[in-house]
Amino acid sequence: MPAANSTSPLPGAAPAVGVTVEGLSKRFGTFEVLRGVSFTVQPGEIFVLMGPSGSGKSVLLKHLVGLERPSAGQTTVAGLDGADPTTRERVRMALVFQAGALFNSLSVYDNLALYPREHRLGDEAAIRDRVMRALQILSLENAAHKFPAELSGGMKKRVAIARALVMEPQLLLYDEPTSELDPVMSATITEIIATLRQRYQVTSIVVSHDRDLALAIADRVGILMGGELIFLGPPADLRQPTDPRVADFLNPRIDLEHPRFKHLET
Amino acid sequence: MSTTSLSSPPAAVGTPSVTDRLLTWLPTPVFQVLHGTGSTLLLLARTLRHVPSLPRQFGRFIEQCHLIGYTTMPIVGILSFFIGSVLALQSGHAGENVGYKQFIGALVGLTMARELGPVMAAVLLAGRVGSAIAAELASMKVYQEVDALETMNIPPERMLVLPRIAAVLTMMPVLTIMADLVGWFGGAIVSQYTHFISIEPASYFANLRQYMDFGDVLNGLIKAEVFGLTVVLVCCNIGLNTRGGPREIGASVTRAVVTSLILILVLDFFVTKALM
Repeated sequence: MPAANSTSPLPGAAPAVGVTVEGLSKRFGTFEVLRGVSFTVQPGEIFVLMGPSGSGKSVLLKHLVGLERPSAGQTTVAGLDGADPTTRERVRMALVFQAGALFNSLSVYDNLALYPREHRLGDEAAIRDRVMRALQILSLENAAHKFPAELSGGMKKRVAIARALVMEPQLLLYDEPTSELDPVMSATITEIIATLRQRYQVTSIVVSHDRDLALAIADRVGILMGGELIFLGPPADLRQPTDPRVADFLNPRIDLEHPRFKHLET
Repeated sequence: MSTTSLSSPPAAVGTPSVTDRLLTWLPTPVFQVLHGTGSTLLLLARTLRHVPSLPRQFGRFIEQCHLIGYTTMPIVGILSFFIGSVLALQSGHAGENVGYKQFIGALVGLTMARELGPVMAAVLLAGRVGSAIAAELASMKVYQEVDALETMNIPPERMLVLPRIAAVLTMMPVLTIMADLVGWFGGAIVSQYTHFISIEPASYFANLRQYMDFGDVLNGLIKAEVFGLTVVLVCCNIGLNTRGGPREIGASVTRAVVTSLILILVLDFFVTKALM
């Protein structure tokens, strides 16, 4: 749960919001990606959603911000329907995309300034303050005038987080924030996620298959497999998993005699 | 931990609706045409909702005017000059024996103003600007920049489509008038210096003015606006509906340009008929 000794939230930030997912199912053609997934996330909580590639984690995240519509079931954010486009107007949600999704034609500064400019959140001086504050939080002041193509993978992820932070979000969603990063940069991003929650009380949902991240900062963890939630609980329960699928996912045994790729479906 | 206790029983997911079932019976090309037409008109409707915010997009509007208008002018100029020249040359050659070469001014003037000026400007727009729009928006879609805009509650129609539509509606008349003028001058030069035509520019333009009025130019400008709007809308729609990777971006560009060219010629017939 959120740390009690947190500092003040971002100026102008609204309180964190809770999220519910009720019987969520999603089908693409005949392929069912999500099957009756249900869980709740409390305001200010860090919820880590884990699972193998293709298990439906990112699709679930897109349902929360209204980028996908459920085939059945419902998601709510602050009690409002996640599939309703007006929810995005009433609750400030930010999604940190796996590849960053930075606007390649804009500099880092303009990437961050786009949201306040488009929503007219002050004059250019106020926007500059807001952007520079977000860059300072992530130690990115020197990258302000660089373009996304000039940044390393780790810096792109940090800029993507900074761009989300400029929105002063009530709900911050991270899609694979530590993928394709070296262990030190993964730890750095993990620290950033925990720090942002601690300082700004933002509700955080992190989709990841980074076991270290989940064990270090999650309040609760969910594990999706084959479109179903097969584990939901505190990270401590993951140290001694009773479900063999969870145990195999977290501590896969490398078996050169019977390699598992021989049994994978195409 | 039990599996069943965590996931509620899967609900009856998606029984296909009557509309879905009907659509599956349609031949694929018919479905694609209907789907493309419907989604393009929907994109236009969604974009028009944001017209009041156009003043806030002034910077992007100017940028698009530069790309759509200014950078397209040289190629429109070159092409129109030679089209006007060839028109004069062909009609002069054919009319030499029949005796209508004194009407070359009117022939080149009317053909450029009513038909070739707007059509050639639109064809060049599709090839030069439409392809760039489709490629840019398709790559923004594939690399999730469009999704990022939506999560930031910034409608892509407002930021990406509206300035382009406003810019093309502003610049198409400019490009078309330029095509008309350059084409007329191309015809005049060829008429003066080709030995079997030898018509002085004064006679050429007198004949042009005698058989033309502003209505003919306006006719071409209306066509140009229809073509320009169609090209930009089609290219934006195809770009924004791209899914996949680099190969699909390339396929979207090809589809956008081919669809635009077909629509220019099909619409040309119907708009011409409507304006007669």
